[in-house]
Formats: sequence, C-alpha cells, structure tokens
Amino acid sequence: MRFTLNGRTVSLDVVGTRRLLDVLREDLGATGTKEGCGEGECGACSVLIDGEVVDSCLVAAGQVEGRDIVTVEGLALQDGKLSQLQQAFIEHGAAQCGICTPGMLLAAHALLQQSKRLTADDVREGLAGNLCRCTGYTKIIDAVLSCTK
Amino acid sequence: MTGRARYTDDITVPGAWYGRTIRSTIARGAIRSITLDPAFDWSRVVVVTADDIPGDNVVQLIRDDQPVLAPKGGEIRHKEEPILLLAAPDRATLEEAASHIHIEYELATPVSDIGSATLVFSTVDIAKGDVTSAQREADIVVEREFRVGLQEQLYIEPQGAIAFPEADGTIRVIGSLQCPYYVHRALKRALKLTDQQAVVVQAETGGGFGGKEEYPSIVAVHAALLARKAGRPVRLIYDRHEDLAATTKRHPGVIRHRTGVKKDGTLVFQDIEVVLDGGAYCTLTPVVLSRAAIHAAGAYSCPNVRIRARAVATNTPPNGAFRGFGAPQSLFAAELMVEHVAERLGRSSVDLRRLWMLRLGDTTATGQVLTESVGSELVLDAALKAAPPIRPSAHPTIRRGRGLSLVFHGSGFTGSGEKKLQGTIGFEALADGTFRILTASTEIGQGTKTIFCQLAADALGVGLDKVALAPQDTSLVPDSGPTVASRTAMIVGRLVQEAATEIKERLKREKPPLRVEKSYIQPDSVHWDETTYQGDAYPVYAWACTIADVDVDMTTGEVRVTDLVTAVDCGKALHPVMAEGQIEGGCLQAVGWATIEEIKMKDGGYQNDRLATYLIPTALDAPRIRTILVENPYSRGPFGAKGIGELPMDGPAPAIIAAIHDATGVWLDEIPATPEKVLAACASR
Repeated sequence: MRFTLNGRTVSLDVVGTRRLLDVLREDLGATGTKEGCGEGECGACSVLIDGEVVDSCLVAAGQVEGRDIVTVEGLALQDGKLSQLQQAFIEHGAAQCGICTPGMLLAAHALLQQSKRLTADDVREGLAGNLCRCTGYTKIIDAVLSCTK
Repeated sequence: MTGRARYTDDITVPGAWYGRTIRSTIARGAIRSITLDPAFDWSRVVVVTADDIPGDNVVQLIRDDQPVLAPKGGEIRHKEEPILLLAAPDRATLEEAASHIHIEYELATPVSDIGSATLVFSTVDIAKGDVTSAQREADIVVEREFRVGLQEQLYIEPQGAIAFPEADGTIRVIGSLQCPYYVHRALKRALKLTDQQAVVVQAETGGGFGGKEEYPSIVAVHAALLARKAGRPVRLIYDRHEDLAATTKRHPGVIRHRTGVKKDGTLVFQDIEVVLDGGAYCTLTPVVLSRAAIHAAGAYSCPNVRIRARAVATNTPPNGAFRGFGAPQSLFAAELMVEHVAERLGRSSVDLRRLWMLRLGDTTATGQVLTESVGSELVLDAALKAAPPIRPSAHPTIRRGRGLSLVFHGSGFTGSGEKKLQGTIGFEALADGTFRILTASTEIGQGTKTIFCQLAADALGVGLDKVALAPQDTSLVPDSGPTVASRTAMIVGRLVQEAATEIKERLKREKPPLRVEKSYIQPDSVHWDETTYQGDAYPVYAWACTIADVDVDMTTGEVRVTDLVTAVDCGKALHPVMAEGQIEGGCLQAVGWATIEEIKMKDGGYQNDRLATYLIPTALDAPRIRTILVENPYSRGPFGAKGIGELPMDGPAPAIIAAIHDATGVWLDEIPATPEKVLAACASR
C-alpha cells in the first residue's frame, strides 16, 4: 500500500487490518504518535488524515491507501525550525510531561487551519478529544489562542 | 514537541520479546492449581511463576506483605493479583499462550469495604491539649461524617518497563517511573542482585502523580524475571485497561469530625477520626495515613485536638501514592467542617476562617510552632480580591454558587524523613567548561530539569546552556531520594544550589574536572518525635485559598465548575509559568476527583476499568483556572521556594462542595458529586 506521510510517499507491505498507530510506530519508526488508551478516548494517537484529526488507534492501515497523513514529526517547518504553534506551546508552558503533546499539537494545528478567528470556547471544543492530565488545559488554550493573533 | 522524545514504549529493542502478566480473577481465596494446557506448545514462550524468583518473593517497600507473584497454594488477596508471567516473540503468540492457562481457585469471602474491615495496617494518634475536658467549655458541638472515593492517577502514558539481561548477571531496566532507587531496591531483593548488578534507568515519563512512585517496582521486577529466564530483553508495557484495573489508586476514606465552639465562634476542640482503605497490601499506606492525620485539623489553630487515624485492609487492589498523599482526603473533611460550624453559628465561613486560621507563632496539632512563611491570610486576601463578580444564571434550571477553601500542605517528607533518607546529589565541573548535575530526581512533567539547571546556572553565574542534568540512571547518579512529597525543588533544589555555589568557590583555586557531593542536613532546630507524633511535622507549609464557581443543573443534577481562582503561597516561584502549570493541573485533577471521577466496585474489582467509563475532565469540562502566586519566602528553600506539587490537589474539592451548597442549599458529605448524588440530596431535602 501507498500513502503520504509528512509529505513523503511511503509504500509498505502490511496486513490491512493492523492499526495505523502500530504501522506508524513499528514499521515507520514514527514513535511521536503515542498510545494512551487504544480505544479512541484520549487522543494521544491523534494524526491528521487529509487534514482531519483522527485517532490512529481506531484506523485500520488499509483505510489510508492514497491518503495524506501528518504526524507530529511533520509539524516543524521545512528548515527544521519549530512552527509558530510548537513555539507557542513552549513559551506558554503548554507541555508538561509531553505525552499528550503530539496529539494536542495536531488537534490544535487542524483547528488553526480551519480558522484563525478562534475564541477560548472554540479551542476548548476543538481540543475536547485530547486528554491532558498535567496542565489543566489553561496554558494549552493560551498557547493556541496566541497563534490566532 | 517534535516527536523525538523517547518514552519507554518508543524504544526499539531488536530481538526483544513481549511480556504479559496473568492475574487473578477472584478477590480472595487460594490458588488450587495452575494448569498449562498441553494443547499449546509451551517451548514457544517463557513462563515465570513464583518458583522462578531467585530472591525473596516480596515487593520491596515498607512491609514484606506483597508477593511479586502469588505462589501455588498461596493466598490471593485481590482481583488482578499477579500470578504468572509470560513472554513471547510476538503479541499473537503471547495471546494464544495466555488463553491456554487455567487457574483454579479456592474461594473465600472478600472484605469489600471499610465498614467490614478488621485488619489494620497502621494507626496514628495525635493529641494536643485535652479534648475530653474541653468539651465542657464548648457552647455548640457539631458532628459530621464525610466520605471520599477512589481516584486513578491517569497519567496518559501507561506503566511500562523494558528489562535487559546482561552476560555478567547485570539486569538493566528502563522504564516509566518516578523513583529509580525504589525500583533498584526492589530488583535487588527479588532477583538477588548486588548494587551494581541492578541498574535502573528512567525513560521519558508521561506523567506520574504518585502512580509511578511505587508501582513501577512491580512492573520492573516482572520484566526482569521474564528477561532473566528468556535470556533476552523483554518489554512489559501495560495497556490502559490493565493499568486501570490493576494499579494503585487514591485511598478512599471515611472521616468523622466533632467540633466544639463557643457562641462567639472561638474554636474549643476538634475531635477527628480518619479511616483510610489501604486495599489488599500495605504499599505506602502507613505514610499516606500519617500525612492524612497530620493535615486532618486543617489550617487552623485549636487548643484541644484529638486525631485518631487508622488504615485498614480490604480485598481490593492496593491503594497507593497519589498527589496529596492522604491530605486531600482529610482536608476535604476539615474544610467542610468549617462550613458546617459557620452555618450553625449563622456566620460567614470566611470570617470564621480568619478567626481560626494558623498565623505566625501559632501551634499546629502536632505542637509545631510556625516560625516563618505562614501564608494563610495572604492567600485568603489574594483569592478574595481576585475572584470575579458572581454572574447570575441565565438559565432557569441552572443555579449558580460559589465556595471557598483554605488549606495548607507540608512541603517535603514528614518528620524525620529527610534526615533518615540523607538524599545526596553529585555536581561536576567538567574540563570543557560545562557542568553536570547528578541526581536521581526525575522529570515527570513538573519541571525538574529546568528548575535544577536554572538554580545551578544562577549560582554559578553561567548561561543555562552550560549546565546539564545527567541521565536518571542508578549506575551514574547518587540517591537524591524519590521524586515525591513536594520535595524536589525545595529539598533537592537547595542541594543543587549549594553544590553549585561550592564548585564556583573551588574553581577560583582549582582546575576542572571537579566533583562535589551534597547531602541533606537536618537543621538542629527541627524536632520530631515519631512515637508521640509531636513536633515539627514538616520543615514548612505551603498555603492555598481556592474559590470555585459552579453551575448546577437542577433537572439533571450535573455540576459544572465554571471558574476557579486559587492563590498559592509558594515561598518563591522559581519559574512562574511552570509553577502555575503545576497548580492548574493539580486543581483540575481535584475538580475531577470532586465531580466526575468515580470508580464503581463490583466483586472486589473496578467496574469501570476503561477510559470510556472512567472519565477525567476534558478541555470542555475544565474551568478557567486563575492562579495567583503569592511570594512569602522560606529561609531554607532555594531563593525561598517551598514545595507546591501536591497542594493544588487539596483545596478545590471542598470549595466545590461549598459552591454546590451555595447554589442548591444542600450539603453533600461525599465526593464525587455525581448527578445521582446531587439529585438525591436535593430530593431528600
């Protein structure tokens, strides 16, 4: 099968029923995508498929044939510098233990792609599928809102 | 941030096998037989039973009551108790093998709750003045019983460890953990290893909150036993379901208060009974109970106090360390008691707190005279000033209310804990002009790395880029103690600061490389008597006042915490953004505990042991949390800092229950305040 991962075409020979999460982590070494629950509840395994936030633990590899996938490894700018959003996460203290951060960044990235005019409530709504146990969300919301200016 | 950080499960180990724990399905009884079905080819896998343990079949901690694996014929004390371990080259084989194991039990009747428990793990008695004779002086006596429930730490990265057996008998374990030397001691004991043969390395750790204080010893010992027998690395990574079902939780408890006051509000006596449920094995329960007891009278000055605390055993999975460590349970009751007494007196509870609160020079329940950095009034004033005006509810079925709490939390270990531990750090000036801090204190999201490097760079007068933290690897770093008890920045941070200052002095005369070691020295002024529970229970206390606003939906019973303001006396904020982050995260964990995080028990196990059924607050559920850092320096903390990691877990729950009362007129005595409980309380009014 073939799909695009962070701008590069990958072709793989995998059993189509395997979880996309495992294919990314085990076959492609993209371990930035984390497993928090394996049941689509926590969002730690969030990736973007054609720009939409999806829990990769609930996606079968066979479903992503020909699709465009972005993981946290693909968020930095072309020259390797951190994106505005990643920079904002650091400056606002939006990452503590860091395990939810990849999924949180992708959900926030997708939200900012949709609109730059976001309220705090929009951000809460947009990130509601991604659990964080460290921050209380306040600093994450502040970080995302700082990118709307 | 970029996906490059390697957490345990991200580490690729060629040739490693996958491990799995086979657990009991009963809450109490004995193992009659373990049968490995001959239909499966057992040469494809590795099986470890209690017979394969080279050392003691004991999880090393406080008591020797918990086995690494329940032995054949041995007792089962809780559901999900580990009995057997499996390792296989791939997951499919592992599952196939697991389905061919049959365990038969002899059933016994489990003890399922505090009320029916008879076995006592530990007791603590604290006495100040004379409660019995003081009862005559009181005009009004208020009695009340409170209950608090189980809570899961719910770090987003589940427990996990990878064990590597080496040719010389060394076993190296890399894992998700808070306390490398706890795991080190556990490995030595169960696998009969020397100090050098047991090596423990912390991987990036995706949250702990106490859940990775003692439990990782079990995961690591299991992985090590499998790796030793398999003769190859074994990865033992829990999935969320196993993590929820089997690992430690916050101790549930029943707390009874009897408080006597004079008509003018003067506090005459507090008579308090605390009972915590330790679950099936002792784990850290006596220490949790100790902290619960010491905080049980709340942040108030009372001449006559009696605190009787005990922790009992039930046939439920063991409870253990969780942010706050017993204090949130007893402070919940203490704070609500202020509300009940205020209501009886017809006075504002804020005024009563002002009247009762511990101030500089006052004496706590253990007889500790507070000589510095007492922030009770500062935080109360700061929170009241910052609280937004109460907006009226726009919806006819939604009632709005506000509640307040005032709490304190001892920073660092209790009593002589630090003195006994003698936490040690190393500090090196390297030949290339850089510096290295050697500690076993772990980064679990709370900022250890940043704070330590910042303290060292500041003391040395060099840039932050010149200082690095050595890996948390027991073969490299000395034992600076566990990363618990709000002690890392205050106690270990101070050692880092002292070591850096000493190195700077020495560099004036000597050339690098240089190395110094610093150990904690208890000041002579600190006195603690463990047998009487009298004296300086903690080196210092941090203080917090929390104001919670809630919306209660009178048709559904749903409680939504809309706003939370918390003023925290942290001594000195070493890194204000990270200090706020700690406080906000702790507050939200407390909001969850108070409102939606409920574990339902069934046959001695947890009924809702999946993330679909055990809910924690999402960004939509979370209130806007406003933190006010109040600086009130502590003379022996680095730049005056006090430990605040656990404090934010204490205040929100009682403030929320008081807010629900303000909104609805009913008092709940139990958390979580689920819709069922709120509706039932409103209906019975």
